[in-house]
Amino acid sequence: MSTHHDLDRRDFIKVRAAAGGGLLLAAYVPFKNGAFESAAPFQPNAFIAIDPDDSITIWLARSDMGQGVRTSLPMVVADELDAEWSRVRVVQADAHPTKYGRMMTVGSNSVRGGSWTPLRQAGATARAMLIAAAATRWNVNASELRTQNSRVIHSASNRSLSYGELAEAAAALPMPAQVPLKQRSQFRLIGTRLPLIDTKDKVMGKAKFGADMRVPGMLFATVVHSPVFGGSVGSFDDSAARRVPGVRDVKQIPTGIAVIAENTWAAFQGAKALRITWNNGAFAMNSADITASFVRLADSGTAAVARNDGDARGAIQQSAKRVSATYEMPYLAHATMEPMNCTADVRADRCEVWAPTQNPQSVQSTAARISGVPAENVTVHVTYLGCGWGRKSRQDFIEDAVHTSKAVGAPVQLVWTREEDMQHDFYRPATYNRFEGGLDANGRLTGLTVRIVAPPIGGGDGVDGSTVSGISSARYAFPNFLVEAVRSNVPVPVGQWRSVGPSQNTFILECFIDELAHAAGKDPIAFRQAMLSDQPRLRRVLELVAEKSGWRSPVPDGRARGVAIVEDRGGFVAQVAEVSFNNSQVRVHRVTCAADCGQLIHPGIVEAQISGSIIAGMAAALHGEITITNGRVVQSNFNDYKMLRMSEAPIIDVHLIDSAQEPGGVGEPALPPAAPAIANALFALTGKRIRKLPIKPEMFTADQSS
Amino acid sequence: MVVRPPPSFQPESAAMARITLRVNGRTQTIEAEPQMPLLWALRDLMNLTGTKYGCGIAQCGACTVLLGGKPVRSCTTALSAVRDAEVVTIEGLSSDGTHALQQAWIAEEVPQCGYCQAGQLMTAAALLAQNQKPTDADIDRAMAGNICRCGTYDRLRKAIHRAAEVAK
Repeated sequence: MSTHHDLDRRDFIKVRAAAGGGLLLAAYVPFKNGAFESAAPFQPNAFIAIDPDDSITIWLARSDMGQGVRTSLPMVVADELDAEWSRVRVVQADAHPTKYGRMMTVGSNSVRGGSWTPLRQAGATARAMLIAAAATRWNVNASELRTQNSRVIHSASNRSLSYGELAEAAAALPMPAQVPLKQRSQFRLIGTRLPLIDTKDKVMGKAKFGADMRVPGMLFATVVHSPVFGGSVGSFDDSAARRVPGVRDVKQIPTGIAVIAENTWAAFQGAKALRITWNNGAFAMNSADITASFVRLADSGTAAVARNDGDARGAIQQSAKRVSATYEMPYLAHATMEPMNCTADVRADRCEVWAPTQNPQSVQSTAARISGVPAENVTVHVTYLGCGWGRKSRQDFIEDAVHTSKAVGAPVQLVWTREEDMQHDFYRPATYNRFEGGLDANGRLTGLTVRIVAPPIGGGDGVDGSTVSGISSARYAFPNFLVEAVRSNVPVPVGQWRSVGPSQNTFILECFIDELAHAAGKDPIAFRQAMLSDQPRLRRVLELVAEKSGWRSPVPDGRARGVAIVEDRGGFVAQVAEVSFNNSQVRVHRVTCAADCGQLIHPGIVEAQISGSIIAGMAAALHGEITITNGRVVQSNFNDYKMLRMSEAPIIDVHLIDSAQEPGGVGEPALPPAAPAIANALFALTGKRIRKLPIKPEMFTADQSS
Repeated sequence: MVVRPPPSFQPESAAMARITLRVNGRTQTIEAEPQMPLLWALRDLMNLTGTKYGCGIAQCGACTVLLGGKPVRSCTTALSAVRDAEVVTIEGLSSDGTHALQQAWIAEEVPQCGYCQAGQLMTAAALLAQNQKPTDADIDRAMAGNICRCGTYDRLRKAIHRAAEVAK
């Protein structure tokens, strides 16, 4: 992918959509050094440049970590612009505090929340101005003109002009206050399966990820952090580390100890050779202590109320049947394929950073704070990201790199070892959850209570949103419903992990719903449908998944099916898993998924995100577990924190609803239902309830009530 | 209190040497320690950054290259073990992205983030070199050492089958 530096120094138009829906179009003249001068200090969130040679540049202001926005967001702009797609090139935007609006790429928010309407308006506005320029040129009414493949066409006189030919004239025109957006039937690119623009680079090894950056004079570094959370360096002996060939320097920085070398391996070897005495601090808990502390909190009786409909406790008391269960979820690491890394070049008066970040604006302020360079002199380039999962919205690895570059006075590429990455994550919180539900004589739910104990991701008091999201927001019409949250202060760092709250709360809720359905003697899908009368989108995906999975037909011998659903970030998803259990081995044979994610920008990307989300949910269900001993993470690499491998991957059968609704989330909503669908299938097969993840073979032999 | 590292670690034993490698059809001489893993020589000394670091312990396959036609984990393959065997990295699979596997990867839109894909491609290339018509089970077995965190496994399988069809 090229950068903006090679753009010709010619006049071009640029359309930018201002925050709040307003639009501004201005003529822009590149500086002599190739950077663009902004004519006015407004707050745009996208922009377009059209060159006289008809090439169209679209800036991408979101991070692509595999979710395809490098293709899908430009498609949205180009469709409204009626651009010739083959002449569109995409340039990753450097961080800017205001120019693009919010650049943080989290919460499946790139299309649905941040960009859908503004990017369409940006494209449509540019198109309207090109039409106006042609109308002036030909002295005809704009309404007589149409656009196609980067040309304005006047059919009556059989004339046409290319966008490049009109660019300069268009730039001089006033911006229209309002432009019509296309009807769904007019989309040419949106909804199609265009080739992804970065696939070829990725299969040729040309795509530049964070650690692929090369800066003249660059040194390589790694940082060793306190293995115990909250610990710090007491003293250290770096004499052996300095004798490692290629090691240039060892520096204590505020976040740990940096080993600076001529190559990454020498830095890693130097880090191994450090003799460090740590001040471990107060945190010395084990996983069992953490669970015990959760149980005490659950028993304490003091909880914040996240949702309270009717009188759930009273309704359950008067129920014909009462069901209760406790669910436990482990800490999970993100384990992105690309370990944390960042390249930084701190100079006296400026700072440049290259990072696989989901949060370039925070990188800019982080680098400014540490380097002492004013933020406007801090340039942040967003590289390709080898997965993100929420981990790469954090600043810790940025801090390491900037501190190290500042300490040695040279550009530094910091790469964490996998072990540092695994043991210094912001983990998905471990949780402890108590449910109780009541059923009437007809097997209908009368009330449901849940108390969730979890370390909060957010600060403050009261209910932490991520602790309860996916449950307090459940779409079921529960007649009486109480959701309570209790904050744990266990100091294991926690953070957003792909789909966040729903990734775990969907497991516990959908498993408990299954328990209730079983207690009620109802079919699990019918039991759910009965509580979704005002949820047509969930009802529809549930019905579709029943049909496509063969829910109502016999299961192959030795197998069983389980179902789970979720609405998460505007994505409505239902999944059925088909499993077997032989020789202590859980095997997921097939996952059928029906999803309504609203208007689809690129169905192929959506299918890929859904099947990948199912693999991610399966990895959490079958393998994912971070444990703590003496205040430190036990697992260190993929040998003891296992990923799902191809040999375990099921057939995944995705069915997308062709929806005219606003675009919903795509990158996350299909993750939450995978684990509960598998667990519910295993119950149907074995009669054993899985109330703790990950699923282990001994759960099927241990004495466990169901 | 924790003290690192194990006392057996002896960096003093390391010594630089001139090492000649044949990589992607070219012969190159580098100055490196013989025990340096091939991965870091490729990436940091020869600027062939298509091969990725994922785990450093031969668990994830992101660093897979061909050594004498066999897939190896370059993160645990010391330069001293390479000797004069031909090394092929993703940059050498084809000069222009036209290898049957690369074309199949493009046709099936296999990559998501793309970080593991060089390793996936090199493992698949070794598979197809010795098995022109692999079954799903053959593919699962050959590819089991390559993790994809994005979960592209279904398309990886399809793309390998597609490439096998084309190569017939």
